[in-house]
Amino acid sequence: MLTEEEIKAIDHEASRVPHKKAALIDALKIVQQQRGWVSDESVSDLAEYLEISPAEVDSVATFYNLIFRRPVGSNVILLCDSISCYVMHYEEIYASLKDKLGVAFGQTTEDGLFTLLPNACLGCCDRAPAMMINHDLYTDLKPEQLDTILMKYK
Amino acid sequence: MERPLTKNIHPGRPPLNLKDYEMTGGYSALRKIMAGMSPKDVQQAVQDSNLKGRGGAGFNTGMKWSFVPMDEKGGPTKYLIANADEMEPGTFKDRLLLEGNPHQLIEGMIIAAYAIQANISYIFLRWAYKAAAKCLEESIHEAYHAGYLGENILGTGYRLEMYLHTGAGRYMCGEETALLNALEGKRAMPRAKPPFPQVSGLFGKPTIVNNVETLCCIPHIINNGAEWFKSLSYSEDGGTKLYGVSGKVNKPGAWELPMGVTMRELIEEYAGGMKNGYQLKGVLPGGASTDFLTVQHLDLKMDFKSVAAAGSRLGTGTMIVMDDATCPVGFVHNLQHFFAQESCGWCTPCREGLPWVEKLLLSLEKGTGTEEDIDLLQQHTQWLGPGNTFCALAPGAMEPLQSALKYFRDDFDRHVKEKKCPYHHNHH
Ligand SMILES: Cc1cc2nc3c(=O)[nH]c(=O)nc-3n(C[C@H](O)[C@H](O)[C@H](O)COP(=O)(O)O)c2cc1C
Ligand code: SF4
Repeated sequence: MLTEEEIKAIDHEASRVPHKKAALIDALKIVQQQRGWVSDESVSDLAEYLEISPAEVDSVATFYNLIFRRPVGSNVILLCDSISCYVMHYEEIYASLKDKLGVAFGQTTEDGLFTLLPNACLGCCDRAPAMMINHDLYTDLKPEQLDTILMKYK
Repeated sequence: MERPLTKNIHPGRPPLNLKDYEMTGGYSALRKIMAGMSPKDVQQAVQDSNLKGRGGAGFNTGMKWSFVPMDEKGGPTKYLIANADEMEPGTFKDRLLLEGNPHQLIEGMIIAAYAIQANISYIFLRWAYKAAAKCLEESIHEAYHAGYLGENILGTGYRLEMYLHTGAGRYMCGEETALLNALEGKRAMPRAKPPFPQVSGLFGKPTIVNNVETLCCIPHIINNGAEWFKSLSYSEDGGTKLYGVSGKVNKPGAWELPMGVTMRELIEEYAGGMKNGYQLKGVLPGGASTDFLTVQHLDLKMDFKSVAAAGSRLGTGTMIVMDDATCPVGFVHNLQHFFAQESCGWCTPCREGLPWVEKLLLSLEKGTGTEEDIDLLQQHTQWLGPGNTFCALAPGAMEPLQSALKYFRDDFDRHVKEKKCPYHHNHH
């Protein structure tokens, strides 16, 4: 079931577009913000509320990189693996993160604290390598900085 | 040297709020058009300035606007959209404008909307730009409060609504017709053209999509005139340009400079030259989907025409420098991985071809590639080239590959002969 808060937020988005169903992407983001991810149940609930089929909701949900159809850890690490970060050796940051967290791209730590994901260009190529944890951006990364950064989320 | 777009932007300091912006002459262009320029006058001024779209394709902005129907046939609803998706790898210029001076974009949008008589406008912002989202929300709010947006702008009866929409992450959202689908709540697949969005765009209504940097030029053109704008440039394309340099240079960054500065000035002067111990080997002049240039092109003027004449594209104007310790095959593999992942899957050459290209490059990197694999890569640059796919993603992906095969063929051959990546020990 969608919560009252979710419905209010979805209605607000729907008021800015001519048809309710045009608010689908925002609606998915609203649900994910509340629950961390989008479950099968949420897909059906959104389909019913926006008057479209669950298949349509799912096809949109799975198209976008940042809608999660599986549970994620309480913190999501997005490490940029695009070209400027490649030139500036993001692979060393990745190796170090793998080592410290014990997970590879696409996995969540056993304690549920972190999910590690690769991400396309974060738009700060002049300060590569870069990563985002939740809403926080970290740039000019060096492996030595990772312990201090990760501590903030523990 | 004049820097109209960035002269009031000071990185590290908070963005200009409405008061700051007005103190620097902000919203005077809007007042000027409301006091006596017709929509057609505005279109003409922009067309005369020779402003070319800064989103990559470089089309004359005023001309693009002139395709929007201005009679009743256009209907009562039209849309103006700012493309702030900026997901082209290596591109970080719009971020500077969004985070530094949001009202400049908003004023540009209001003037552009007035020029096509649109009543609804959206900013399509990529999700990762959290700081930009916050200051845009606040600035839109301020602009409504001051009467620059809403029912009755500056008491003239002209009405415009403005909404911020943040995406959910997909490179295709930046392609203008795919962006329209994303705004309609659908998957970001491109649409067939014609009909062009100027006639039938968002929700089937006439729509203009412009890049952030393009729109930020508009208030300055209105205030100072087309001739002034043209005089800012070293080339026939009007205005300044936000250029950027990333890679192993001493001072990576972005700078607003006259359109047509040379690559040498950008890399050696503004970016402070290559880092100690590294030589320049290649440059993608305008994002991941542009052809390589090399040392022989250092004195090339970075404007649309000159870069095209050298076999590449100015694209977004933000260049990625490849140094001599970076493997060109690995570099191109990284790019093709991105394009394969971001392909929307609509048409076969792109959906099937890009993963194949990625695999071929990976086998070369691993030392298991053959001469035939290199031939196959060469063939793909034609199979996925212009005219064979539904949108420009796949042809764009082939640009760095075809030029890498042209300029760095030796490096490809060495991977086959030595059965390994000859650069591997250089990663430190
Ligand atoms: C795959 C793809 C991605 C694109 N991404 C962007 C983008 O992020 N921002 C942008 O302004 N233009 C992007 N474009 C170009 C747009 O389709 C369009 O040409 C541009 O927004 C028009 O604005 P302009 O005339 O002001 O340049 C992209 C094009 C393609 C094919
Ligand atoms: S070229 Fe690629 S991204 Fe463009 S429509 Fe075809 S499959 Fe989609």
